[in-house]
Amino acid sequence: MSGLRDTTAHALGKALRAAARVRGGGSAYPGLAAERIAPGFTARSLTGLPRGVVVISGTNGKTTTTRVVTALLEASGLRVFTNRTGSNFVRGVASQVIADVPVGGRLADRFDVAVLELDEAHAVHFVADVPATYSLLLNVMRDQLDRFGEIDTTARKLAVVAQATTEAIVANRDDPRLVSAVEAAVSRVAWFGHGAALADTFPTDDALYGAVGEAASAEAADVELVDLTDAGAAYAIDGAEHLVPLQLTGAYNALNSAAALSLARQVLGAEADTATLLAALAEVTPAFGRGEKFSVEGSEVEIVLVKNPGGFRLALTSYDPAGTDTAIVINDHHADGRDMSWLWDVDFSSLAPGIALVAGTRSYDMAVRLLYDEVEAAEVAVDLAPAIARFARANPGTPKRIYCTYTAMLEVRRALERYTTMEAL
Amino acid sequence: MTSETSRGELHIVNLYPRHMNIYGDRGNMLVLTRRTTWHGLTPVVHEVNPGDELPERADIIVGGGGQDSGQVTVADDLQRHGDALRGLAADGVPMLMICGMYQLFGHRFVPIEEPELPGVGVFDMETVGGPVRMIGNVVAESDDLGTLIGYENHSGRTLLGAGVAPLARVTQGDGNNGDDGFEGATRDNVIGTYLHGSLLPKNPAVADFLIETAARRAGLETVEVSEHDHIERARRQAAERPR
Repeated sequence: MSGLRDTTAHALGKALRAAARVRGGGSAYPGLAAERIAPGFTARSLTGLPRGVVVISGTNGKTTTTRVVTALLEASGLRVFTNRTGSNFVRGVASQVIADVPVGGRLADRFDVAVLELDEAHAVHFVADVPATYSLLLNVMRDQLDRFGEIDTTARKLAVVAQATTEAIVANRDDPRLVSAVEAAVSRVAWFGHGAALADTFPTDDALYGAVGEAASAEAADVELVDLTDAGAAYAIDGAEHLVPLQLTGAYNALNSAAALSLARQVLGAEADTATLLAALAEVTPAFGRGEKFSVEGSEVEIVLVKNPGGFRLALTSYDPAGTDTAIVINDHHADGRDMSWLWDVDFSSLAPGIALVAGTRSYDMAVRLLYDEVEAAEVAVDLAPAIARFARANPGTPKRIYCTYTAMLEVRRALERYTTMEAL
Repeated sequence: MTSETSRGELHIVNLYPRHMNIYGDRGNMLVLTRRTTWHGLTPVVHEVNPGDELPERADIIVGGGGQDSGQVTVADDLQRHGDALRGLAADGVPMLMICGMYQLFGHRFVPIEEPELPGVGVFDMETVGGPVRMIGNVVAESDDLGTLIGYENHSGRTLLGAGVAPLARVTQGDGNNGDDGFEGATRDNVIGTYLHGSLLPKNPAVADFLIETAARRAGLETVEVSEHDHIERARRQAAERPR
C-alpha cells in the first residue's frame, strides 16, 4: 500500500532537494514534504537494518557525539546511515534518507545501522514509530525552556526514549535526572561518566544553581573519562587506562567521547576492538560550528556554538580568552529560543576586561549582560555580517573566537564564506 | 561608580534561590547588588532556603520562578514565614516576587492535577492551573514604573481580588491570565510579576524603586546612577522582537 506512495514521496523529495541545493535552502524541507505525502515514510525506510537504529539525545553535544559514534562504527567496518547535517528533527532524518538512497531503493541494502541525532521532543515522536535498538542519553540541562517549559519535562521525554529502547541504553551516570530516567527501562544500561577528580569540570544542572540535586549513581562506568590534560583524554575501559590525543576541543567533547565509545561497544558487542575505536576517536574533527576552525587572512577563527547556560559555561571554562579576540553573537529566532533569560545564568567575568564584538538580534541584551559582569564590549553591532567580517579580518595573526547561538552560527559562517574555505552545509 | 565611599548597608533577602532559580532569575539579584553599590550603598545578601530563618534585618526581599517540583517544596516552608512576610509588607518593605514565588504570594495556587498549594496571602489573588502555557515576549505599561519589558513562561492563570492592584497592563503578551489584560500585582511596596528576562536588567526603574525605597526606609541617602546607553537600546531592541 505504502510502497508506491513512498516511492512518489522519495522521488518528489529528491527533486525538492535538488531545487533547494540550487537555491541554497534548508536541509529539512524535502523530508518534511515526503512525510506529508507518505506519513510514516521515515519509519518504514528505517526497518530491516541489520544492527538496527541508534538514537542519540540530550541537551548538549548531540551533533558532535553523533559524528564520533559514526566514525567509531565506520572504523569498525559498519556502513552507517546518519543525519550528519545537525538537522535533528524527524524531517531531517527523512531528508537524509532521500539524499542517501536512490528512489525505490532500501536503506537496509546500503547500510548496517542508523545513527540518529534527535532533539528530545522529536526523539519521543520518533520512538513511538521506530523503537530504538540502542539509545544514548547525554545530559539534561536547562535549554529552550520556552519550548519545553521545564527541565523535568525534558527528563521525562528522555525516560520515554529509554523505555522504547530494545537492546541497550547508554546513559550519563553523573546526571541525576538521567539516572532516574532509565530506572523504568527494560533493556540493559551501560553507563559512561567522569572520574571523581573531574567533578568540578562537569557540574550538573542543579550544581550550577547551588541546588541539592538527587545523588547520581554510584554504578561502575563501562567507559570512564578519568583525566583530561593538554596531552589528551584518558579513558578507563575494562580496567585499563588509555590516553587519546583529541582533535575535538572542549572538556564536554572529551566526556561525550566516553559516551560514544560505550555506545560503539554496545553496538559492536564481541567485535569491539578497543585499539581500533581509540585510533578512530583521535581522528575525529569538530562538527560544523562546534569548535570548527577556519583560516581568515592569516588568523585562525574558531566558531563555538552555545545554546544554553550549561553549554556556555562549559565553553567559557574550556577556552582561555588570553591572546584571543572574542566575539559573542546572540540571536533570538525560534531555533535559538526567544527568551534571553538564560544569559543571566552564565558567568562572563572570565572575559574581563573586555571583548571585541557583540552582535546578533539581541546584541544589546548581551551587552547589558556583560556590563553587569564588568566586561567591556568594544563594539555592539546590529548588522551582523559586516561586523563579523571586520572582526575576523582585524589584527592579522591574532586568533579569533566567536561564541554564537544556532542561527547566529549559520549567519557567521555565511558572512565568512568569502574570506575562507569551509565545508558546505 | 565604585570609588564612592559606602553610605550604609542594604540587606537583601533572596527567598529560596536553591529551588526557585529558573529562567535566569539570578540576574535580578546580580542587578540589585550591583546597582546598590552604584547608588553608594553596600549590599548584604541573605539566602533563605527551606528550613532557614529570615534574617533580623530585611531591607529588600526577592523571590524567583521555579519548576513545579521546586514550588511544591518551598510552598510548605513558606508558610512558616507567612506572618512575618505579611507584617513586613504592611510595614512597607519593598519586595519583588517573580512567577512561581509571585503565585505563592497570593492566597493559593490550584494546579490542574496536583494538590493545591497554599500561599501566604500577601496579595489578594489566586492562581489556577491552565491547559495552555503562556510563553513569549511581553511589553506592559505601568503607571508608576513606565514600560516594563520581559518574557513570560507560565501555565498558571492569576486572578486579582479587590484588595490588590495590577502592576501593569499588557500591550504585548498574556500577562496574569490572557483575559483581563493585567500583568502582575502590587500593594504597598510589594511587586509581583510573571516577567523573566531577567526582569531587572532591562527594567532598571524597578530595581531603583526597590533600592531607593529601601534606602529611604533605612534613613540612607543614595547617589544618582548615570544609565549606560546599552540598557535603553536593549529595551528598544527587545520591544521590537516578535512574541
